[in-house]
Amino acid sequence: MSVLTFFTWCENTSLGEAIRDSRWLFPAIESVHLLGLAVIGGAVLVMNLRLLGFGIRRQPVAQLWRDTWPWLMGSLTAMLISGMLLFTSEAIKLYYHGAFWVKMISLLLAMLFTFTAMRKVALADPGRVGPLWGKVAAVISILLWSAVGICGRWIGFS
Amino acid sequence: MSLLGFCQWLGNTQWSIALHESIWAYPIVESVHVLTLCLFLGLTVMLDLRLLGVTMIRTPASEVVGRLLPWTIVGFAVMVATGALLFFAIPVKTYLNIFFRIKVAFLVLAGVNVAVFQRTISRSMHHWDNDRVPPLRARLAGGVSLVLWAGIVVAGRMIAYNWFDKNS
Repeated sequence: MSVLTFFTWCENTSLGEAIRDSRWLFPAIESVHLLGLAVIGGAVLVMNLRLLGFGIRRQPVAQLWRDTWPWLMGSLTAMLISGMLLFTSEAIKLYYHGAFWVKMISLLLAMLFTFTAMRKVALADPGRVGPLWGKVAAVISILLWSAVGICGRWIGFS
Repeated sequence: MSLLGFCQWLGNTQWSIALHESIWAYPIVESVHVLTLCLFLGLTVMLDLRLLGVTMIRTPASEVVGRLLPWTIVGFAVMVATGALLFFAIPVKTYLNIFFRIKVAFLVLAGVNVAVFQRTISRSMHHWDNDRVPPLRARLAGGVSLVLWAGIVVAGRMIAYNWFDKNS
């Protein structure tokens, strides 16, 4: 099955159809997606500002990572679910939209980076991993998540 | 001049029309407005959650507020500037939009909430800086803020859907 066939199938599911036909479902799901954006932005920024030295100081990086983790995961889950719902309602349009693909690749990279390198740097013993690595990780994290956000906004312009 | 009259005058100015009809400027302003949500509201949410006592509880409240508040102020300034430009581009329709009015009302309430917090329980923060459970008034300020801002985001999104416009 080709990707386009799969996208067409998604759009034709009763779920996709229901969201498309409803006057308020799409805006309501969009609102959830936006609220998730605020929380994920906050969780990511608290962590990255700490690593860059511009945010909270009187707390070890590892502790702040553990504190923000549930909010990062919770908001990411809300964003993925609401995002998939939005996707099913207009999958074919998205297939032909470059911004959608750049967003998906950025999202994949951002999640991979967060769950591997970022996590390792955040939980590492500060004596063994220097603050420079933290700064590098923060810059990469901000760039990747920004790409996701900017492309997400760009999908709306078409 | 009435508010509506003012909006009509504003909408007829050369700059308003130029921004409204621009190919790049309007979408860019709108994108900056939406994405600054991460900076302004994201950090405001984390502050509110700290006041509620559900995150960063081992970090002193004064440290969280003191280090994050400057960023939320920067974010808020960008939000107000871009928001004003978006209003300036489409003043009459926006002024008549019910969701815009709800948003403005909630913004005023959010401002009152901050003012009350700053003048009351925030002043004694050094007494409850490390409490496992922040005092009720601090938790109330955080909770009220979260509810109001969620309403502001939803109302803001709904401005674009002009279901109740008389001429739509």
